[in-house]
Amino acid sequence: MSELPGDLLYTSEHEWLRRDDDGSVTIGVTDHAQAALGDLVYVELPEVGQDVENGGDMAVVESVKAASDVYAPIDGSVVAVNEELADDPEKINADPYGDGWIVKLQPGGKIDESALLSPDAYQSLLDAEEA
Amino acid sequence: MPFIPHTEEDTREMLKAIGAPNLDALFDEIPANLIIDSLDGVPDALSEMEITRLMHARAARDGEPLCFIGAGAYEHHVPQAVWDIATRGEYYSAYTPYQAEASQGTLQTIYEYQTMITELTGLDVSNASLYDGASGLAEAALMAVRSNRKIRSGRILLAPGVNPRYEQVGSAIAGSQGLTFERLPMDTVTGNAAASLDDDGDLVAVVIQQPSFFGTLEDVDRLSDWAHERGALVIGVVNPTSLAMLKAPGDWGEDGADIAIGEGQPLGIPLSSGGPYFGFMTCSQKLVRQMPGRIVGRTTDLNDEPGFTLTLQAREQHIRRSKATSNICTNQGLMVTAATIYMSLLGYDGLRQVAQRSQQNTARLTAGLTAVDGIERLFDGPHFHEAALRLDRPVAPVLAALAEKNILGGYDLSASIPELGNVLLVCATETKTDADISAFVAAIENIFAAETRRSA
Repeated sequence: MSELPGDLLYTSEHEWLRRDDDGSVTIGVTDHAQAALGDLVYVELPEVGQDVENGGDMAVVESVKAASDVYAPIDGSVVAVNEELADDPEKINADPYGDGWIVKLQPGGKIDESALLSPDAYQSLLDAEEA
Repeated sequence: MPFIPHTEEDTREMLKAIGAPNLDALFDEIPANLIIDSLDGVPDALSEMEITRLMHARAARDGEPLCFIGAGAYEHHVPQAVWDIATRGEYYSAYTPYQAEASQGTLQTIYEYQTMITELTGLDVSNASLYDGASGLAEAALMAVRSNRKIRSGRILLAPGVNPRYEQVGSAIAGSQGLTFERLPMDTVTGNAAASLDDDGDLVAVVIQQPSFFGTLEDVDRLSDWAHERGALVIGVVNPTSLAMLKAPGDWGEDGADIAIGEGQPLGIPLSSGGPYFGFMTCSQKLVRQMPGRIVGRTTDLNDEPGFTLTLQAREQHIRRSKATSNICTNQGLMVTAATIYMSLLGYDGLRQVAQRSQQNTARLTAGLTAVDGIERLFDGPHFHEAALRLDRPVAPVLAALAEKNILGGYDLSASIPELGNVLLVCATETKTDADISAFVAAIENIFAAETRRSA
């Protein structure tokens, strides 16, 4: 059973979003995703200032057995990246919803929350995947 | 480990399972105009006896000429032990060792190879090899695009001395992926990059070949620093033999080259009518995750014993499919085995002797040829074991006349770079004796004199 904070939004690609007070959006991968990947050894981060498109590749998380894309869940531009992951990628394993955040985006427009998953909806998705 | 192909029944069952009526239907996405029925000179299936006879006949056509052609592939002495060892049953496979528990010897050989190549190039990491030097340039250019993500222009600048064939292969492989290859202007006196370089655009990488295709020595420090100042990566294209004498790419300029590639054939691989050869590739530690191909790593097992295994595979094709770093999913295992044995037999001093002797022989040959009326050096300045010579007449007929005397007199540069005029590229490696060099000079003297008499 993986941990699922109630104040976040989720995607079917096993990413989470936090709407910050300053209007930006922080993004990471879920506890379920980090557990499935295993020990992370490398994170490839985008450049600050880079524009990203909903559904496009934004970062890569690499474990000893797999490398997975992190997709942009919204349109926007990169305002910050978690530089600490360069030396310490396993922060994602240890604290996926906190120190293991990956990218902060400035949304390109209004965020369509109906295209994202609530904690309950994401939990249903996980249950369905396990079934 | 036996290799068992599908039986006809297997094929039928698999086609049935995916709903394709036959094999042609399975591959029908390949446009018909790209499919050829037969290859010139490649017959239908032959028996072992027939194929042996055919290949002997074809090999015999090469004869045993006195070879003064370099231009990217070089005739060096290959000690008998190299291929005696490389063709032992334990080594004699081109196959990549996925199964570490059954392949420690092969993996260790590749690891030793990687260690030797990083020492020669002065960079941190080597892969287990690529197909050849030319495709190595394409891979290095694509790797530079992946690594230098701030630059989105896809522009790669080539020094004037980069092998024109490498540029063609680079364009063929990487051109369709949005990369463009442009040339830096040439200083016509030295053959190297012009003294004043001017480029305002965004550059992904600058490619510097040392020694140049013309055998000249480029000012690699200046060009490397110039590239880095513009935010471009530096790709060195180097001849491995020359690295026993010249500065390693890792030491070029303030920060060193970022990637070095080259043709590995000079390291114990016979010319063999053009292949198989192998490409080598090394890079700095910070680019390692963008490096294509196989990398063997050394580790310790559960009993704390040293062991070897393929590493950094998470970005490769068998795991990442279409998102793999590159579609290079193998290496030239047998060629690399031979090169590793060659390097370990010669050692650094032996390789240096080969390099020095080749350079001296080429200097001697150049002196002899330029004493002939109508032949002069094209470029001033220091050379490695190759030199471009300007002839006062077309090159092709001269080469044809030399071939009649069983001498391969060099590479006709006017065919690939016509703007240089009638230029012949010659090379004399350590395999050439003083008598060989004198024979070449005498033959060309005779050809020139006979032609001059005819036209008089």
